[in-house]
Amino acid sequence: MKKEFRIIADLIEKNSRILDVGCGDGELMSFILNNISNNIRGIEISKTNVQKCISKGLIVIEGDAEKDLFQFPDSSFDFVILSQTLQAFLNPEKVLDELLRVGKKAIVTIPNFGHWRVRLNLLFKGTMPITETLPHKWYNTPNLHMCTIKDFSNFCDNKNINFIKSLALSKERVLNISKNNLSTRNFFSDLGIFLIEK
Amino acid sequence: MSKFDNIKKLIVKEQLKLDCGQTISDFPIAYETYGKLNSKKDNAILVFHALTGDQFVSNINPITKKDGWWKYAVGSGKAIDTNKYFVICANVLGGCMGSFGPSSLNPKTGKSYGNDFPVITINDMVNAQYFLLKHFEIEKLFCVTGGSMGGMQVLQFVANYPDAAQTAVPIACTSNHSAQNIGLNELGRQAIMADANWKNGKYEETNSSPDKGLSVARMAAHITYLSKNALQEKFGRKLQERDDLKFSFDADFQIESYLRHQGSVFVDRFDANSYLYITRAMDYFDLNKKFGGNLSKAFEKSKTKFFIISFTSDWLYPSSENKEIVIALNSIGADVGYVEIDSDKGHDSFLLNVSDFLQALGNFLNKSYERLNEKGI
Repeated sequence: MKKEFRIIADLIEKNSRILDVGCGDGELMSFILNNISNNIRGIEISKTNVQKCISKGLIVIEGDAEKDLFQFPDSSFDFVILSQTLQAFLNPEKVLDELLRVGKKAIVTIPNFGHWRVRLNLLFKGTMPITETLPHKWYNTPNLHMCTIKDFSNFCDNKNINFIKSLALSKERVLNISKNNLSTRNFFSDLGIFLIEK
Repeated sequence: MSKFDNIKKLIVKEQLKLDCGQTISDFPIAYETYGKLNSKKDNAILVFHALTGDQFVSNINPITKKDGWWKYAVGSGKAIDTNKYFVICANVLGGCMGSFGPSSLNPKTGKSYGNDFPVITINDMVNAQYFLLKHFEIEKLFCVTGGSMGGMQVLQFVANYPDAAQTAVPIACTSNHSAQNIGLNELGRQAIMADANWKNGKYEETNSSPDKGLSVARMAAHITYLSKNALQEKFGRKLQERDDLKFSFDADFQIESYLRHQGSVFVDRFDANSYLYITRAMDYFDLNKKFGGNLSKAFEKSKTKFFIISFTSDWLYPSSENKEIVIALNSIGADVGYVEIDSDKGHDSFLLNVSDFLQALGNFLNKSYERLNEKGI
């Protein structure tokens, strides 16, 4: 299982109610189901992935996070997970609001567009950056709203969203993000992982 | 002697109060079973059939000598694996395969009920089949499932008996019959009643039957079970055993010939009055209204785990109507999964060899059963 998922799983309390938004093939859900809580379900847009989840015995609803979160009542989950998909929504702000409405807490991870390699790529090559976490070309990328760790941090501050925990993943290293080191983390990290609440 | 003498029947001695106000008792529910009920009695699946189905889900139907209607889904090693599960299916109340219906004999007159049979509902059908659980001494079914009208019965079953099933799989159905569907059913009924042989429902007394009307009803309905793409792909404008148009009203086109065939074989196995009564039951189905306009309330008391399946090309019970059930369940935090299967075969997809569908159904059942057993230990 990838490092990101291990970090997410560590943030979740035992036997809590969890919704994994964009749960993919259910890798993270399976781990959580077997180790942390059996009250977990997912929403997934790809039919192929929905079938994979079903074959693993996971509860999954085929649907679009952008349209289908409305059906869950306020605070119906203790944790709502959104892994590396916020930037792919037409309206990320609306999705984030919905995550924090249906979940008491949300775990959001974002690929960091502020990483130095990304910056250098644009600066020297003059082309849209392609990296391990951002493997697509400009014309076929699903990422409509790329942001940096700093962007996301400012965005949440402006919306009065509280950070319970902010972590940066750089290669295999996990580091805390704070106000003081934000610019450094934003420069060196591949991924930001945030546990937030409204 | 009746052709139904050698099939399994439960004679329900108890009284059953119908939605129309009448009470019935001492009536037969014809059923069939597949597989073995285990000693814990935790492996039973109750399958509900659709409008023109019957209790013969799998193997060869002993009355029609044709394959069971859900042969792709039910059987040894199939999605609903009869090596693992005990499958029960009953002919619905109002049906014509041995259960109490309009073609049953009325002891008061010595003739069949015809349209003196009480108007029945999906609720009545489900309540009548519930007696089978008592008969088999099954406290809790592992699963209730069915497609189309069978799916409606699944929803009604969980609403009526919130503790009687571990899992529920309603397929390609709705929680309330749409105007379009009521309209289509009415078309079929009017075709039957317009046939001079219908004789106000008393046709059995004169040994006739409204075959033409019933056949037209089936032809119209059959179109609604398919999709435009499927029809176009299978038939297009292909001509039936001729090189050119005949400038007549013969079946020039293959689609015409196909539908005529579907109509003519249907009348051999189905009773026209049953068609009237069962389509009426579907039209009357409105679980939302029954629960004050809030479908969620129907499932509030239940811990049953739901898995809802719809098909992309089904325009009779479209995904949007299936999703309304998902939404109602999610809004009360119920345990619900949902998948929309890609298929161009229309509403009939649930009856056909659609591998994504069968795989999802099988995986859901097997994984749920495994998990229940793990919990049990």
